[in-house]
Amino acid sequence: MDYFLQQLINGLTLGSVYGLIAIGYTMVYGIIGMINFAHGDVFMLSVFIALIIFLLISSLVGGLAIAVALILVLIFAMALTALWSWAIERIAYRPLRGSFRLAPLISAIGMSIFLINFVQLVQGPRNKSLPPILDGGFVIPVGDGNITLAYKQILIIVTTAVLLAAFWFVVQKTPLGRAQRACEQDRKMAALLGIDVDRTISLTFVMGAALAAVAGVLFMVQYGVVSFSDGFVPGIKAFTAAVLGGIGSLPGAVIGGLLIGLIEVFWSAYFSIDYKDVAAFSILAITLIFMPSGLLGKPDVEKV
Amino acid sequence: MANPKADAPREGDRQPVGISTALRDAGFLALFTLGLSFPILAFRTRQDLTQGLVLDPRWELVATVVAIAFFARLGWLVFGGTITQAATAAANAIGQSLEPVAKYKDWFRWAGLAVLIAYPFLAVAFTGASGALKWIDNFGIQILIYVMLGWGLNIVVGLAGLLDLGYVAFYAVGAYSTALLSTQFGFSFWICLPLAGIFAAFWGVLLGFPVLRLRGDYLAIVTLAFGEIIRLVLINWVELTNGAAGISGIPRPTFFGLPFNASDDGFAAFFGLQFTPLHRLFFLFYLILALAFLTNWVTIRMRRLPIGRAWEALREDEIACRSLGIDTVTTKLTAFAMGAMFGGFAGAFFAARLGFISPESFIFMESAVILSIVVLGGMGSQVGVAIAAVVMIGGTELLRELTWLKSVFGPQFDPTQYRMLLFGMAMVAMMVCRPRGLISNREPSIVLNEKRTIGGDLVKEGHG
Amino acid sequence: MSASSPSSEPILRVEHLTMRFGGLIAVNDLSFDVARGQITALIGPNGAGKTTVFNCITGFYKPTAGRMALFSGGVQTDHAVETVTNSPRSYRRTAKGAVFLLERLADSEIAARAKVARTFQNIRLFTGMTVLENLIVAQHNWLNRASGYSLLGIIGAPSFRKAEAQAVDLAVAWLDRIGLTGRADDPAGALPYGDQRRLEIARAMCTGPVLLCLDEPAAGLNPRESAELNELLLSIRDGNGTSILLIEHDMSVVMEISDHIVVLEYGTKISDGTPDHIRNDPKVIAAYLGVEDEEVGETEAELEK
Repeated sequence: MDYFLQQLINGLTLGSVYGLIAIGYTMVYGIIGMINFAHGDVFMLSVFIALIIFLLISSLVGGLAIAVALILVLIFAMALTALWSWAIERIAYRPLRGSFRLAPLISAIGMSIFLINFVQLVQGPRNKSLPPILDGGFVIPVGDGNITLAYKQILIIVTTAVLLAAFWFVVQKTPLGRAQRACEQDRKMAALLGIDVDRTISLTFVMGAALAAVAGVLFMVQYGVVSFSDGFVPGIKAFTAAVLGGIGSLPGAVIGGLLIGLIEVFWSAYFSIDYKDVAAFSILAITLIFMPSGLLGKPDVEKV
Repeated sequence: MANPKADAPREGDRQPVGISTALRDAGFLALFTLGLSFPILAFRTRQDLTQGLVLDPRWELVATVVAIAFFARLGWLVFGGTITQAATAAANAIGQSLEPVAKYKDWFRWAGLAVLIAYPFLAVAFTGASGALKWIDNFGIQILIYVMLGWGLNIVVGLAGLLDLGYVAFYAVGAYSTALLSTQFGFSFWICLPLAGIFAAFWGVLLGFPVLRLRGDYLAIVTLAFGEIIRLVLINWVELTNGAAGISGIPRPTFFGLPFNASDDGFAAFFGLQFTPLHRLFFLFYLILALAFLTNWVTIRMRRLPIGRAWEALREDEIACRSLGIDTVTTKLTAFAMGAMFGGFAGAFFAARLGFISPESFIFMESAVILSIVVLGGMGSQVGVAIAAVVMIGGTELLRELTWLKSVFGPQFDPTQYRMLLFGMAMVAMMVCRPRGLISNREPSIVLNEKRTIGGDLVKEGHG
Repeated sequence: MSASSPSSEPILRVEHLTMRFGGLIAVNDLSFDVARGQITALIGPNGAGKTTVFNCITGFYKPTAGRMALFSGGVQTDHAVETVTNSPRSYRRTAKGAVFLLERLADSEIAARAKVARTFQNIRLFTGMTVLENLIVAQHNWLNRASGYSLLGIIGAPSFRKAEAQAVDLAVAWLDRIGLTGRADDPAGALPYGDQRRLEIARAMCTGPVLLCLDEPAAGLNPRESAELNELLLSIRDGNGTSILLIEHDMSVVMEISDHIVVLEYGTKISDGTPDHIRNDPKVIAAYLGVEDEEVGETEAELEK
C-alpha cells in the first residue's frame, strides 16, 4: 500500500512535467496543425537556462532564500525560453505558413537538430549536475510503512496547478485566448475579422515555451541533472500525452501528461525499468491506431 | 517552368530604408540577439574539481555574436535590395546558360555514370593509395548508402505520399538479420542480403498493417514510435542482440567466395595481384553502387507499372482512389514493403561493411536525415534525392576536411563539432528557400504524344 | 437497348435506408429503385441528404440501417436477394449475374466488384498526374492483374505491354468522346473547370461501371457546357448501357435527361416518378417554395418549362 502510494506521488510529479510540455504541443497543433518537433528541445534549452540562472543567482546573492531564488529562476527561464521560441517560430516556421505540408515538419526537425547541437557546442557534451536544491519532505506513516512526500514534489504539483489555472484563465477569458480559438477554427476568417493571425500564432508558441520552461525549472529541481540530449525522450512522451489526451485539447494534454507519468512510474515499479520507454511508445502507437481522437479530442470525420 | 509569382514584388525587393530606421531596426535585432544569448551563450557551465558546477563567462563571444547580428542586419537593410537583385539576376543567368545544356541531358546522364564507375580509380589516381581510402570510404560508400536509403524511402514518402519517420527501423532489421544470421548460423553475405531484404519487407508489412489507415502527421508519429520501439528492444534484449554493446565479428562479404585478405586463397592471390586493403573498398563501393542502381531501376520500372501509378494516385487523392476500386491498403502496404526491403538491403550492406553494428547506428536522427534527404531532393524525384544526399552527407563529411580552419580559429577549433549544427541550419534554410525541394517537377509515367513536365505546384504531397 | 422504352427493371434497389450522425438523422427510411439503363435523378433542397445517400451507396459511409441491393447482369428474384441477406456474405453470383449488398462492402470493393463508379461534388482528379494517367489509373485493377501483380510488368512481359496498349486505347476513346485528346499529356489540374468535370466522368467510366453515380455534375458549368454534359450522359446511357444515378440542382439538366426522379426533403422521400409527374407534384413545389426564398422564382420557372 505504502509502495503504491509512493509510486502514485512519483507518477503525479513526473506527469506534471509531461503535462506542462504537452500543452505546448497541443496548442501549436491546434492552431496551425503542425507537430512542433523542436518543442522537446526547447524544453531542454529551458533546463539549461534555468540551471545557469540558478547558478548565477546563488553566486551573486548568496544568502537568498531558496523560494525567492526559484521564483526568480522561474521568471527568467520563462521569459528567455519564450524569446527563443518566438525566434524559432519567426525564422523556421512563419515563412512556411500555407506552404507544402511537409516543409514545416522538416524545418522543425532541422531546428531540433540545430538546438541539440547548439547546446552541445556552447555548453559541452557532459551531463551537468547540481547538488540537490530542495531536500527533505514530509514522512507520512501509512499502514506498516512510510511514504515520503518530498518538498520538491509538493513544489512541482503546486506550481503546476497554479500555473495551469493562470494559463486556463488566459486562454478562456482574455481576448488573446479568443483570438487563438478563432484562428483554430478558421484562420482566414479570423484574419478577415481583424485578428492579427501571425501575432496570435507567435503568442501561442511563446505561451507553449513559457510552460515548457516551467517544466524545465521543475525538472531541474527534481532531477538536478541535464544534458543536451535530454529533450528528445521527454518531448516524445509529452507528445504522447498530448495525443492520449486528444490533440488540440488543453485539459486533455494535462490529463494525458499525468497518465503517461503514472504509467511510466508504475511500469518501472512493477514490471521492467528497461522497457519503460517502450511502454510509452507503445501507448502512443496504440492510442493513435485505436483512438486517434484521444480521450478528450474531437473526432476527425473524413470529408468525402 | 516559369513561376508567375517570381515576378511579383517580394519582401526582399523593397526600397532601401532610411539609415536611421535601419540603425534602429538593427539595434533592436542586436538587443534581441543579446537576449537569446544571455545565459546560454554568455556562461559556460563547467564541473570543477569538487564536482560542483561553476560558470565561465564568455562575454566577448556574446559581443561578437551581437555585433555580427547588428551589422548583418544593417547591411541587409541598406544593401539587401541590391543583393537580392544581383542574386536573382545571377540565378536567371545561370538558368539561361543551363537551358542549352538541358538538350544534352542523356549525354550528361552517361557521363555522370561513367564518372561514378571510374570514381574509385580517379580517387586513387588523384590522391594516391592511402589518400584514396578516405575518399572511397567516407565519401563514396557513405554517400551511396544514403542515396540508396533515400531512394528506398522515396518510394514510401515521395511516391505513395506516406510520411514515415521510422525508416531506420528497416535499416536496423536488415543489419541485425545479417549480423545474427552470419554470426549465429554462418550464412554468407550473399545469402544474408536477400534474407535481410525479405525480413525488412516482412516487418514493413507487419508494422504497416495497423498504421496505414492513419493519415498525415499521425502516421509520421506512429512510425517514429515503432522505430524507437525496435531500437529500444535491440538495446534491451541482450540475450539476442548483445544489447548496447552491439554485435561484432560479422563476416565481410567475399568476392564469389574469395575473401579480401592477404592469404593464399584470397582475392589478391587468386588474381595474382599485390594485396592491398583497397581491393575490399573497391568491391564495397561497386557493391553499394550496384545496390543503389538496383533500387533506382526497380523504382523507375515500378513507377510505370499500375502499382506505381496507384502509389502516385494515392498521394494525389486517396478518396478518389477508393472510388476507382483501388485497394488502398494493399497499395500502401506494397509501397511500405518495397521501401522497407531496400532499407533492409542497405542494412545488410552496412553490417557487412563495418563488421560491427550496435543500436547506436539506428537512432531517430538517422530517420530524420534520410527523410530530409528525400524532402530536400524533391519528393518523388530520383535525381533530386541523389543530389540532396551528395550535398547533405558529402557536405557534412567535407567539414571534417576543413582542418585548415584550425590555423584561423586556433588549435582547439574542431570543425566536426559544427557538422550537425550546420546540418540542422541547412535543413531549415533549404525548407524556407525551397519548401518543395530541389526538383519538384514530376515526369509523367506514360505519354501519348509529347512528354511535358508537370510543375510542382500541381503535384500533391499526400495525406498519409 | 432502347432508352425511350420505360423499364421497371431495377439495377439498384434501396430499401429502408437510414443514416444517423450522432443525434442527427440525415436519411430516414428511404426506399427507391434505380432503373437499369435509365438516368435517375436524386433532387431536393440543400441539406436534404442527397450526398449522404450517395456516400452510403458508394460505401464511403456505413448506413445505420437498410439494404442496398445491386443487381448486375440481369433481373434477380427476390429469393436471391433474401438468400444473400440471410447469409453472412456480401454478394451472390446467380445464373443471370450477381446480387451485391452494398452496405456490406467497403468503398473500394463497391467500385471494384459491384462496379459502381462515382464522381465527387468537389472534383477529385489526380491533379499532378496527366489526363491520360488519370484514365489509366482508373483501369488499375485489371491492369495490375495483367502485370502479374508487377512481377510480369517489371520484366516488361509482352502480355503486359499488350494490356497497357489496350488500356491506352480505351483512355483515348474516352478522350475523343469528351474532346480532350489534344490535352492528354497535360496535368489534369491545369484543365479548365468544365473539362475537369468531364474528365472525372470519363475516369469513372474507364472503370467499366454498371452504375455511374454523379454528384452534381453540372455544378459550375456554363449553359453550353451543361448542354454538352447532357449529350455525354445520354450517350453513356444509350451507347454504353450504363445506368446513371445523379444528384443535381440544375433543373435544365434534371428535367431534360432524367427518366426518373426521386425527390428528398429532410432525408425523407417526398416524391418519386417521371419528370412530368414531379413537375406537377404539389409536395415538391411546396418543398422548394418553402425552403429558400430566392430559389422560389427560379424553381417555379424551371418547373414550368
